[in-house]
Amino acid sequence: MGFDTKSLIDGIEAGKHGLSLLKDARLVEGQTYCSKINHEEVEKRFSAFDDPKQFTRLERLLILAIRSVLEQSGIRPDTRTGLIISTTKGNIDVLDPANGFQADRAYLPALGKVIQSYFDFKEDAVIISNACVSGILALSVAKRFINIEKYDQVIVCAGDLLSDFILSGFNSFQALSNEPCRPYCKNRKGINIGELAAAVLVTKHKEGLAEEALRALGTGSANDANHISGPSRTGEGLFRSITSAMKESGLDASGIHYISAHGTATDFNDNMEAIAFHRSGLGQCPLNSLKGYVGHTLGASGLMEAIVGMHSLNRNMLFSSLGFQESGVSEEIAVIKETRSAELRTFLKTASGFGGVNTAAIFEKVKH
Amino acid sequence: MADFISSYCHIAQNRVLLNGNEVFSSPDEDALNFLKSTYQWLKPGHPKFFKMDGLSKLAFIAAELLLKEEGLISEKEKDIAVVLSNKASSLDTDRKHQESINDAENYYPSPAVFVHTLPNICIGEISIRHKLYSENVFFVSDGFQAAMISNYSEALLKLGKTQRVLAGWVDWDSDSFEAFLYLTNNQGAIAHEAEIVSNLYQRK
Repeated sequence: MGFDTKSLIDGIEAGKHGLSLLKDARLVEGQTYCSKINHEEVEKRFSAFDDPKQFTRLERLLILAIRSVLEQSGIRPDTRTGLIISTTKGNIDVLDPANGFQADRAYLPALGKVIQSYFDFKEDAVIISNACVSGILALSVAKRFINIEKYDQVIVCAGDLLSDFILSGFNSFQALSNEPCRPYCKNRKGINIGELAAAVLVTKHKEGLAEEALRALGTGSANDANHISGPSRTGEGLFRSITSAMKESGLDASGIHYISAHGTATDFNDNMEAIAFHRSGLGQCPLNSLKGYVGHTLGASGLMEAIVGMHSLNRNMLFSSLGFQESGVSEEIAVIKETRSAELRTFLKTASGFGGVNTAAIFEKVKH
Repeated sequence: MADFISSYCHIAQNRVLLNGNEVFSSPDEDALNFLKSTYQWLKPGHPKFFKMDGLSKLAFIAAELLLKEEGLISEKEKDIAVVLSNKASSLDTDRKHQESINDAENYYPSPAVFVHTLPNICIGEISIRHKLYSENVFFVSDGFQAAMISNYSEALLKLGKTQRVLAGWVDWDSDSFEAFLYLTNNQGAIAHEAEIVSNLYQRK
């Protein structure tokens, strides 16, 4: 989908996706769809300012993303600037004997050290690995660290790779779709995996913000306390996460203009979400999942989807939930079928994942 | 008002310490057998324990010890957030999954292994056991970061996201393991401050 936010958002607005066919006899139905980054192009872009050979594939992506945020914001890491990295698997590709890097690079603190030293952050990276909510939880943690005045500003980055490790694992769960994924649709068949890196600046300073900047009003997380790999049938954890984020925000369901949901296109997950949104009084609120554009990008998904939400609000556009045809969930939800204009001031971002985790975050547009 | 540490425990080198005092040891066993002996000593009656990987077993035992000590073993929901951290994430299980896919002739990835390739699965196990529908996060750092863990826990308490926090370190790697967990409360004798948490961690 491109190497900058504008390409991604323009692509989504135009209804383009980044999924491509992957044939592999080891997969349950012999094929799946996934979104892959062109790593030759990454190497070329990286070579323009440094030697890519010293860095793993994920490190290159994270460095490119953070570099772009530092350039655009004009900030330099000082003693009041934190670094948060969200990832589920980090440099997991180095465990493959065919990979040229030492297997020790798979320790997440090794990844943290590389990113911290590269940009001269003063403190160790705070690394969050909390399954598929990691990306949005990282924004929540950044907000809370700023609330308690641990930092004045935080660079939050997130990244995960497409790897045999991940594909073989989700395939063993029979969770992969053999066609482009269809979140919330009655014809949904499972997940597409994607790879992605993203970065944002979270700051207490009101000056010099980007046009699309958002205020983080409230965030909440809750566990299902039910099952380590299956979502709650009552949507308990997600419902409680949304309730917690709303309470902190001072908003009720009527104050939420749009939901950027998780929507992995597995049978149980999407149903669970519909139940939780219904319980939260959000059954009529326009909702999409962006997995139909770039697949499920794991620890990067929540952060990337929050960034798309920023632009959705800034452009006053509700993007279609690509792949959706007809509702296939047990409670009514307002899935966005076609991209359209709408006056938007606030949105709710949610995510759920293995380990029973759920996170919700509510944002409001800064500009009037 | 700041919070307090109501109890804490260490599990390492085949010893279990509760509030600084040794309460169990079994010196000559390997790590997994040691945890099994600890389970038999604690008697939680939670057979799911035997399906967990090493990291989840370690975290489960440490949490069980503290909640039992405070009389909190019950079917009732408890308002306790879980803030854990370690160095090796889920690498010990990651390596097992990788081994199962390295050889095309001998390809056997398993969902039971793959689901444990995330460090926060152990928080899920604790949440199921103790009915915690609470805030949770798993941080990864080179060593135990007392300031980060206690600061974040205080943030949760100050923002009213939880009444109490179960926080600390649970690390499980191919040749070593170590747990240090503590539980906060709104009353007690030990202040919940970064320096004190750091000192307690070192008292092993």
